[in-house]
Amino acid sequence: MTITEKTIKDHGLSLAEYDEIKKVMAREPNLLELGIFSAMWSEHCSYKSSRRHLKNFPTKGKAVLQGPGENAGIVDIGGGLACAFKMESHNHPSFIEPYQGAATGVGGILRDIFTMGARPIAVLDSLRFGAPDNPRTKYLVSGVVAGIAGYGNCIGVPTVGGEVSFNSSYDGNCLVNVMTAGLVRKDRIFKGIAAGVGNPVIYVGSRTGRDGIHGAVMASDVFGDGGEERRPTVQVGDPFAEKLLLEACLELYTTDYVIGIQDMGAAGLTSSSVEMASRGNVGIEIDADKVPRREDGMTAYELMLSESQERMLMVVAKGKEAAVNEIFAKWDLECSVIGRVTGDKMVTIIEDGKVGACIPVTALTDGAPVYDRPSARPAWQDSVNTLDIDSIKLPANYNETLKQLVGSLNIASKEWVYRQYDYMVRTDTVTCPGSDAAVVRIKGTDKALAMTVDCNSRYCYLDPARGGAMAVAEAARNLVVSGAKPLALTDCLNFGNPERSEVMWQLKEAILGISEACRVLGVPVIGGNVSLYNETSGVSIYPTPTIGMVGLIDGLANHRTQWFAAEGDVIAVIGHGAPSIAGSEYLKVMHGLERGVLPEIDLAKEKRLLDACMAAIKAGIIVSAHDISDGGLAPALAESCFNPGGAIGAVIDVIGASERPDEFLFGESSGRIIVSVRPDDLEKLKTVTALFDVPCEAIGRTGGGSLVINGLIDMPVAGLKEAWAFAFGRYLGEMAAG
Amino acid sequence: MKARIYVTLKKGVLDPQGKAVVGALHSMSFNEVKDLRIGKYMEVELDASSKETEEVRLREMCEKLLANTVIENYRIEMD
Amino acid sequence: MKFGIIVFPGSNCDHDCYHAVKHVFGCEAEYVWHKETALAGFDCVILPGGFSYGDYLRTGAIARSSPVMSEVVAFAKRGGLVLGICNGFQILAEAGLLPGVLMRNRALKFICAPAHLRVENNSTVFTSAYSAGQVIDVPIAHADGNYFADADTLKRLEDGGRVVFRYSTVDGKVTIDANPNGSLSNIAAIVNEAGNVMGTMPHPERACEQALGSTGGRGVFESILKGFAGT
Repeated sequence: MTITEKTIKDHGLSLAEYDEIKKVMAREPNLLELGIFSAMWSEHCSYKSSRRHLKNFPTKGKAVLQGPGENAGIVDIGGGLACAFKMESHNHPSFIEPYQGAATGVGGILRDIFTMGARPIAVLDSLRFGAPDNPRTKYLVSGVVAGIAGYGNCIGVPTVGGEVSFNSSYDGNCLVNVMTAGLVRKDRIFKGIAAGVGNPVIYVGSRTGRDGIHGAVMASDVFGDGGEERRPTVQVGDPFAEKLLLEACLELYTTDYVIGIQDMGAAGLTSSSVEMASRGNVGIEIDADKVPRREDGMTAYELMLSESQERMLMVVAKGKEAAVNEIFAKWDLECSVIGRVTGDKMVTIIEDGKVGACIPVTALTDGAPVYDRPSARPAWQDSVNTLDIDSIKLPANYNETLKQLVGSLNIASKEWVYRQYDYMVRTDTVTCPGSDAAVVRIKGTDKALAMTVDCNSRYCYLDPARGGAMAVAEAARNLVVSGAKPLALTDCLNFGNPERSEVMWQLKEAILGISEACRVLGVPVIGGNVSLYNETSGVSIYPTPTIGMVGLIDGLANHRTQWFAAEGDVIAVIGHGAPSIAGSEYLKVMHGLERGVLPEIDLAKEKRLLDACMAAIKAGIIVSAHDISDGGLAPALAESCFNPGGAIGAVIDVIGASERPDEFLFGESSGRIIVSVRPDDLEKLKTVTALFDVPCEAIGRTGGGSLVINGLIDMPVAGLKEAWAFAFGRYLGEMAAG
Repeated sequence: MKARIYVTLKKGVLDPQGKAVVGALHSMSFNEVKDLRIGKYMEVELDASSKETEEVRLREMCEKLLANTVIENYRIEMD
Repeated sequence: MKFGIIVFPGSNCDHDCYHAVKHVFGCEAEYVWHKETALAGFDCVILPGGFSYGDYLRTGAIARSSPVMSEVVAFAKRGGLVLGICNGFQILAEAGLLPGVLMRNRALKFICAPAHLRVENNSTVFTSAYSAGQVIDVPIAHADGNYFADADTLKRLEDGGRVVFRYSTVDGKVTIDANPNGSLSNIAAIVNEAGNVMGTMPHPERACEQALGSTGGRGVFESILKGFAGT
């Protein structure tokens, strides 16, 4: 059949890109080849709009064993062990079908981890939804949370943390970013590489159906099937199948049969086979007729482009096929030899016994287009960066304002969400959801990993570079206050349409901000993904570069939580940031405004703060530590009072607090941590912080049943906690039980 | 008036439940089972007089709530 | 004393049970693949939590026809100790080793949370290390833990002292508010008539180490060990 202009457009390719394809092929591609190009040259696989900017990320570090480019990054955690982790988005599918979209998002990132040889040990989710009163929001929240729970609980990987926030910029595009961390022996890391000409290519897992094949193509004349219902493109997750796949793969990894292994994620068999061949600098031949399928009559085109879940592709040593099959058979999994590694550096697809496609591997990978799309600071940026602070009325009642803030959905307890997640399975969860970072111990050692996902997208909207840097700094603080040294990060760069110059500007700026923070704080980027075109009816989401960071706690005794632990301890703030209500949660919740110039972030000072806090924790001085973030000082103090093991009040008296009490109580800034110490240890704390040139100010004492701040606030902790604990359940129409 | 509603997965959508049950039946030697798909069956009692208008409303119920039309089909039977 | 931990396809608390038995209590432990047909040499068999066969169709329904289950039934008949935790309890109920069923939670959602349990009977082989009426903290994590049995069965359970744990408040009051999932009479764990098979929805293996926040589940394992040492 001939390729028409419409066919090209339906495949999401431009005419210029099609001309490029003809050039590298030195002929017209056929439809199967066009499909393969369209998948490999898609934004998702090729990173064509972001690739040149991503090069700014620092990716090297002492602990880095695997940087970007593999299925997941890996860091050394000592003792012969390593941690593989990565975050990925599943935004669009979750908006269409929230349960299955989120579920398959979890399934996909889990495979990215266990394909590296690692056993997944923790999942975290960063979720963003539209305005709470948008008619679709509750449906999406319930569905996404249930989908994550349904998949993660079944497969038995604990969902230990995350974030949930709401903003009308997500009305037409919710964000579901899922991060998974896994544990692997340093000498048993596997990679997605094809090698050894003649070695068999093996397919294992669920059969291939017509899932997730590009909607536009499905609806096109070529594949339209008359009276029959339009075939769905929604993928359904099967966590049970994935559990079997996980256990079987881990069993396989104890042998020496595997040369390389890769999960079939986006663009399924196409991207997995091409990427494996590319990394090994070899060719690969796939016999489409041998691909296990769910339905009769599937074409090579469909088999190559299907995004059916719970499938893996691997190259094994020749002669080991039967042994490999035996392991998978034990787990009731089908496994088939569907091709072989070749020396010609071509991707060859056999259909009906004949060559159906033959493309140079490099044309699909290195040959993919790279764009330097135009970028420009948006015309509206200046106006949102203005804030006439004198026009902001001071609250009439600070108690009420605090209560309203801690009961606002972005700050309120997310227990309604995490109660639905099995966060304890594997019996390693030392810090349950609710503190700054989740902490998961490593059995057989005295170590633990701390993990967090963070981004304040309002900050990024007001200033993408500073917002990006602040996201990195916040993630690092969340780890350090938990007693962990940050090791590395993964990111999900969620942005609007890159063909708009202001979106490109946001993306470039955010990457620069993140990169700068990574360099100064010494935390390399070891993987991630980019999700563009998050735009509906011309409205783009706020720039949302979600940061997922992992840190190491060396010595479980060094692990801390945010909660005050005893009466009579001294409360101090360490750090330097001057609070501002610009871009704050307070300004949004109480005044309906999202504007202003973000407070400055001084990364060198941030670094010293991290080091000082770490040193004081290691010295055993700090009892509890909590990062001051959304909502500012007063909500952060309230959160420290809400110890799940028994609430503890606090009496705060700050001398020379800001002239504007709202700025003092609810202003936000990067670089401040609330700590509690035993009264005798305050001097030691001051000594340690002075060593790092970090300000330290004692602001009060723990104790009593109320939170009292400077004569402005005097609230029983129980009442505050009630407002905070049940807001989410009330919003979703249920009272949280217990 | 009574109605019966059958909600089934659309053709081509993976049915993990059905797949697992087929596997179990096979392991119990019910080898003749080639495929099995699991759906939902609902019995609805209605306080309505016109079959025609009620069918339209049942359809609406299915579209809005009873079926997830992204992945499911429904069929209505009325007495 | 030797524990066998049955591994069904989809079990996911098998490692946790193994860790508790082997590393926390220092006992011998071995995994038993569901296709095994012999349980010789084991003193106690644990059916761990998880989602056997994805819990598709009905929780525990497919697992109960796994090859190993007929041997588990025989093992129980011989007087061997059988402990079913969460999905294990559901499988034991489906297999008829314990009466009643575990229905979908009252709120229709999966619940993962700490729970207070009141020890109703400390004379069983699984609870002798507790004191009667003691309140322990053992977490729950399930979607189908809503215990139901008909009136006759419930009466037999109550009369026979076969309800071993009930969901309660922190001070031991058995109230509706303390019931997380809608279980009949706040039932969290029961034993069979002979007292050698226990099903519990709360996870004792998750509450054996202070590092994980609670040690309320230790008593279950200590009781089993105590009973074994006494034989």
